[in-house]
Amino acid sequence: MKIKTILAAGAMTVAAVAAQNAQAGAVLDGIKAKGFVQCGVNTGLPGFSAANAEGKWEGIDVDVCRAIAAAVLGDANSVQYTPLTAAQRFTALQSGEIDILSRNTTATTTRDAKLGLTFVGINYYDGQGFLIPKALGVKSATELDGATVCVEPGTTTELNLADYFRAKGMSFEPVVIENINEATAAFFSGRCDVYTTDASGLASIRTTMAENPDDYMILPEIISKEPLGPVVAQGDEQWSDVARWALTAMVEAEELGVTMENVDDMKANSTNPGIQRLLGVSPGMGEALGLDEEWAYRIIKNVGNYGESYEKNVTAKLGLERGLNALWTDGGLQYAWPVR
Amino acid sequence: MSKPQNAQGDVRSKSLVDYLNDENVRAVLYQIVAIGLIILAGWYLVSNTLYNLAQQNISTGYGFLDLEASFEISETMIDYSAKSNYATALVVGLLNTVKVSVLGIVLCTIIGTIFGVARLSSNWIVRKLATVYVETFRNIPVLLQLFFWYALIPGAFPHPRDALEPLPGVLFTSRGMYMPVPVADTAYTLMGIAAIIALVAIFFIKRWAKKRQDATGQPFPMFLTGLGIFVGLVLLAYLAGGAPTEMSMPELKGFNIRGGYNISPEFLAVLIGLTVYTSTYVAEVVRSGIQAVPSGQWEAADSLGIKRSVALRKVILPQSMRVAIPPLTNQYLNLTKNSSLAVAVGYPDLVSVSNTTMNQTGQAIEAISIFMSIYLGLSLLTSLFMNWFNKKMALVER
Repeated sequence: MKIKTILAAGAMTVAAVAAQNAQAGAVLDGIKAKGFVQCGVNTGLPGFSAANAEGKWEGIDVDVCRAIAAAVLGDANSVQYTPLTAAQRFTALQSGEIDILSRNTTATTTRDAKLGLTFVGINYYDGQGFLIPKALGVKSATELDGATVCVEPGTTTELNLADYFRAKGMSFEPVVIENINEATAAFFSGRCDVYTTDASGLASIRTTMAENPDDYMILPEIISKEPLGPVVAQGDEQWSDVARWALTAMVEAEELGVTMENVDDMKANSTNPGIQRLLGVSPGMGEALGLDEEWAYRIIKNVGNYGESYEKNVTAKLGLERGLNALWTDGGLQYAWPVR
Repeated sequence: MSKPQNAQGDVRSKSLVDYLNDENVRAVLYQIVAIGLIILAGWYLVSNTLYNLAQQNISTGYGFLDLEASFEISETMIDYSAKSNYATALVVGLLNTVKVSVLGIVLCTIIGTIFGVARLSSNWIVRKLATVYVETFRNIPVLLQLFFWYALIPGAFPHPRDALEPLPGVLFTSRGMYMPVPVADTAYTLMGIAAIIALVAIFFIKRWAKKRQDATGQPFPMFLTGLGIFVGLVLLAYLAGGAPTEMSMPELKGFNIRGGYNISPEFLAVLIGLTVYTSTYVAEVVRSGIQAVPSGQWEAADSLGIKRSVALRKVILPQSMRVAIPPLTNQYLNLTKNSSLAVAVGYPDLVSVSNTTMNQTGQAIEAISIFMSIYLGLSLLTSLFMNWFNKKMALVER
């Protein structure tokens, strides 16, 4: 009798655990039930995700999580952050510890196809560069033969670095430190000649962590393509749709000229059918995503459109212009799929 | 006809009940049930994990070990480049772990013994200094100590361009320590062989000398003879090999110092951190071992006119070993396991390489299973060796 009960309970657990992953909509239901989005972010990369002086997380990656929370739960602050190193991030997502990973993560074939992940969009187009003390007198990355290079392990950066030096027939010595703060400390103490990561990250490190930013420069070569974007686990299509369209709505809003400030006005008075669809005046989009019709309105009201988020976080903190991340209408790569 | 059948049935059922009531049978039965439950739980965990991984479209298996690693490792004891496969990368990591662990064990034993003896010194200053050393480093978490040493080493020394050169060819820089090494030559292989021959010879002479001393009481100058044989043979091999003198000197070329042998700050930080931390525990083990030897042994040695330093070496320490070896084994195991903290300061040990592998391939379970079994293997090997040593040192009743 007892054993039968135990076996039955065991079988039910197997079934329940199995069902949890197979069932679409489980993540969304889980978020609604617990009342917050669990979001994996960088341990500290100003402009992208970093805790400010009051301990509040901010950055362009953090805003993606806030947008999703606003769309799903109605409150952009209903987010719990899990700071992750590069090496921890995918395991955290695969194990279900976090709902979404928004941590300057490069989309690649292996990650998309082999790790069971889905990239829901690109919120920052980047490329890998080199940060170097001006005192070394180096003007180009082709002069780096024999250099000692600080790099974070488990990143595409680490692989691009090896590829680049191999292709150029140069040698280098890597110093691989997982925690970004320890790694930059090693660089600034002179352990390495060069620090390498995505150009935006270098700008962030140079402006916010260097004692005197003017002593350091970023070399002109960009040696790779780094499309950075939020990632979710594969297997729950509804959840990846919600994440994808929350990000898209921010870009779409910028294309349509809807801002945090004018969103109420637009909602009440705009006759543009695109804006009416986005803000739920003409219904249908919210229902399609399994949300209510004001999902995008709340994103823009609470978080702002893509341009505002970029301005507030990247331009203001790191001094980086839009560049590749300008709207396609301005010659950039940010191009929202139509919300219709 | 029916009666015997019944009887037989009775006998059978009775014997089965008897069987179940038998204490021995029950004991076996419980063990089988327990093992069965463990296997069932294991099967449940494995199959459930595999099922979930398949559901999430995460590929599994150890096939990734054959793929090109595409990342570089700073310190390698074997040939490795970004073109090598993941399996080679993991071997590089394992060797780095073994290197720092073995050196750490040797050094912490020496330092720990010195401080352990010093804690019992009759000199007040020596005793107190040893106490301060032990109490300080024992009570700071080892991870913080690693951070401390790693912050100190690159920070305290200059850039390679203005390296400190206390001895010609020996450089101290923020990139670590450099020293000249001889350029590879067949003579060094010969010297290695000569050293092995010398050690074997010394082993046999020592056996003979001990036998003679047991029989006749005549001591034999073993240390000097051994040293003579060793140095003589190695020197002979060196001369026979053509006495090569070419050295690889560390020199500043471009960004870095090239040539010579480099001891990296990461390695130094891990080695110093682990050695200092563990040596405090070894010191305590040694002290307790010495105090466990009855004071009558000191007095007996005294009354025989044996010098105190000789008495310590020949009478007290050998006896204290018996008490000290089991806890010492624990400390060695701890040191080996603590070496996994090296990942925090960027020393490319097994965990560091496994982490990178795990992240580049996404094979978290596989990578973790590999390094867990390797650590288990290392620890078991260490215990096996120490158990053998313990048996050898144990009191032999005559």
